[in-house]
Amino acid sequence: MENTLLDIKNLKVWYRTYKGYAKVVDGINLFVNKGEKVGLVGESGCGKTTTMKTVLRVLDSKVATVPEGEILFKNRDILKMKYNELQQVRKQSISMISQEPTAALNPVFTVGSQIMDIIRYSEQYKDYSKSEMLSLAVKTIKDVLIPDPERILNSYPHQLSGGMKQRICIAMALVTPRELLIADEPGTALDVTVQDQIHKLLKALVEEKKMSLIMITHSLGVARELSDRIYVMYAGNIVEVAQTKELFKNPLHPYTLGLMECVPRLYGGGISEGIYGYIPDYINPPAGCRFYPRCPSAMEICEKEKPPTVSVSEDHKVACFKYH
Amino acid sequence: MNTEILKVKNLKTYFAINKSSGKKQYVRAVDGVSFSIKEGEIMGLVGESGSGKSTIAYTIMGMYRPTEGEIIFNFNGKSIVTKSNKRSLEFKKNVQIVFQDPGSSLNPYHDVRQILSLPLRVHKIVPKDKIEEKIAEILEMVELPASFMYKTPTSIGGGEKQLVSIARALCSNPKFIILDEPTSSLDVSIQAKIINMLLKIHREQKLTYLFITHDLSLMRNISTKVAIMYLGKICEIAPTEIFYKSPLHPYTQMLLSSIPVISEEEEALKPKKVVSTGEIPSPVNVPKGCSFHTRCIQCMDICRTEDPVIHQVSEDHFVRCHLYKS
Ligand SMILES: Nc1ncnc2c1ncn2[C@@H]1O[C@H](COP(=O)(O)OP(=O)(O)OP(=O)(O)O)[C@@H](O)[C@H]1O
Ligand SMILES: Nc1ncnc2c1ncn2[C@@H]1O[C@H](COP(=O)(O)OP(=O)(O)OP(=O)(O)O)[C@@H](O)[C@H]1O
Ligand code: SF4
Ligand SMILES: [Mg+2]
Ligand SMILES: [Mg+2]
Repeated sequence: MENTLLDIKNLKVWYRTYKGYAKVVDGINLFVNKGEKVGLVGESGCGKTTTMKTVLRVLDSKVATVPEGEILFKNRDILKMKYNELQQVRKQSISMISQEPTAALNPVFTVGSQIMDIIRYSEQYKDYSKSEMLSLAVKTIKDVLIPDPERILNSYPHQLSGGMKQRICIAMALVTPRELLIADEPGTALDVTVQDQIHKLLKALVEEKKMSLIMITHSLGVARELSDRIYVMYAGNIVEVAQTKELFKNPLHPYTLGLMECVPRLYGGGISEGIYGYIPDYINPPAGCRFYPRCPSAMEICEKEKPPTVSVSEDHKVACFKYH
Repeated sequence: MNTEILKVKNLKTYFAINKSSGKKQYVRAVDGVSFSIKEGEIMGLVGESGSGKSTIAYTIMGMYRPTEGEIIFNFNGKSIVTKSNKRSLEFKKNVQIVFQDPGSSLNPYHDVRQILSLPLRVHKIVPKDKIEEKIAEILEMVELPASFMYKTPTSIGGGEKQLVSIARALCSNPKFIILDEPTSSLDVSIQAKIINMLLKIHREQKLTYLFITHDLSLMRNISTKVAIMYLGKICEIAPTEIFYKSPLHPYTQMLLSSIPVISEEEEALKPKKVVSTGEIPSPVNVPKGCSFHTRCIQCMDICRTEDPVIHQVSEDHFVRCHLYKS
């Protein structure tokens, strides 16, 4: 489609382990339109980060392989790109905010020198003078609501709080805005007021610059506030996708229903039990529906066959035999 | 059941920074915090990012030396007062912490078995030949399969790392655990399981938790008491029920009004949206007067000049704000 920026088709990603292949990402389809904000929600370990790292091709090729699938970015398959073209995409088109700020920041350099490096080596700002670069760095830090930009620029990562490190990672992804921003759990370490403002910042940036956003989150509340459309992922499969309003009004997949039940409510009532059971072993995943062993509405067929994805309405798709 | 297990008195932790101008300045990360936790309680410590929550936790653990103040633990009638950063082995056995960032607190070169066997050996929890058995048992407590023993932190997901950190904290049979955002990187289903597991262990082993989090909806459901921090100070503290029924401090109201929720019913429960405006001040140059006045929508003249003192509004409800002077 003309309007599609990223189109992931039937993507599979496996990890080599000593016991055999862990078949983590299991044939997912996901697209992002220009200017669209897409949420990717799912349980810990379901493969969200793996999928997005594959998009940027930053997974260690010694342990990860992609046996099948295409990742079309403006109709070019990222998986087939040569190094130069790939670098171009990474430098100019897609950026990712990492889930683990501590790991993403280099502990031996100050935050300032890390941000300055990004500015210095970018297309947009490489001709700036030193002082222009510095004031851009200061502005970036202010943008993510950290007071005291000067202290922060001179600090090493360990001298910052968890939420500050996370915001520095956000700042680094935002200095040089790209067409697609992948934000991997960007708000987890932030308090709600700062989170709220960071989300507003992301939203404004995306809307103003007509960027696209993939918001990876495990929080349904955050997804609800920040995305136009939501993909629900379970154990390497997209099990449901719908416009945000529709998904909360009319959740269909038993896993989505389970997730909604787990959210602690502001009106109290205690903590739910969590969805029965665990995410499957990826080395020997269930043959049929991967949710089958945990599903309260499982039928006979679910054990044997993989449920194909069906459309229940125009934009609402679900992969579950209940709706066949 | 009502003995105080931890009492923190006027705790201050400052960090020196060297400005290029040569003048010594301080980050006043924790700036005169007092609270106490009774045995069996779950106290939620909530607050702005950078407000000093982790610093309180690290200072309690002895990782930072307090600039001022006292930390008093009381185990079975025996009190341990600390003013420095030295901690006895006995203290380390009784008090454990789960760190905020699961990725970086686990040694990537060790497998889970090595990570968990260290505290078991240091605190002599089981004889050498029983170590693997015990590890399997602890992994089961946090609901991970025993086969996890042979995995290394690099090959497991974010959520799983957090479970391993919790398992590590449980190894020494502690009495008091500080949980620094133990579930903020986890999805709601695993969060529910970990919380249930933490609550179960809390009951069975008569533990006390200091629970640091941003999630006020979560605290509503599990804590017995909530303290709100802003810029190194506690601005409101109250038993959970009272706290959610009548939040008083303007910052608390702002926090509650910003919570992302998933239903209209909950939207209705939130205080009217208080849009956060104004510069977020820094702990190096703490604003004069009430440190929240730069963002407060109810700011009065007195707030710009005079720092409010903590004021008792009802039996266990304290608030630091000029609006509530008797
Ligand atoms: N290098 C690796 N080798 C083997 N298995 C791996 C490796 N990296 C990840 N995995 C496994 O792949 C699965 C998916 O991991 P991934 O990090 O993509 O999940 P996620 O959805 O991002 O989870 P979270 O919400 O916890 O971040 C997990 O079960 C994890 O254990
Ligand atoms: N080792 C250190 N050296 C200098 N400053 C520090 C150090 N550790 C923390 N700080 C500063 O102290 C302040 C409080 O940090 P702390 O980590 O306690 O915040 P927090 O409340 O835990 O925040 P978050 O919710 O983001 O984790 C921050 O301004 C931080 O930069
Ligand atoms: S003391 Fe004044 S500025 Fe501070 S919170 Fe209360 S009303 Fe707002
Ligand atoms: Mg992830
Ligand atoms: Mg912290």
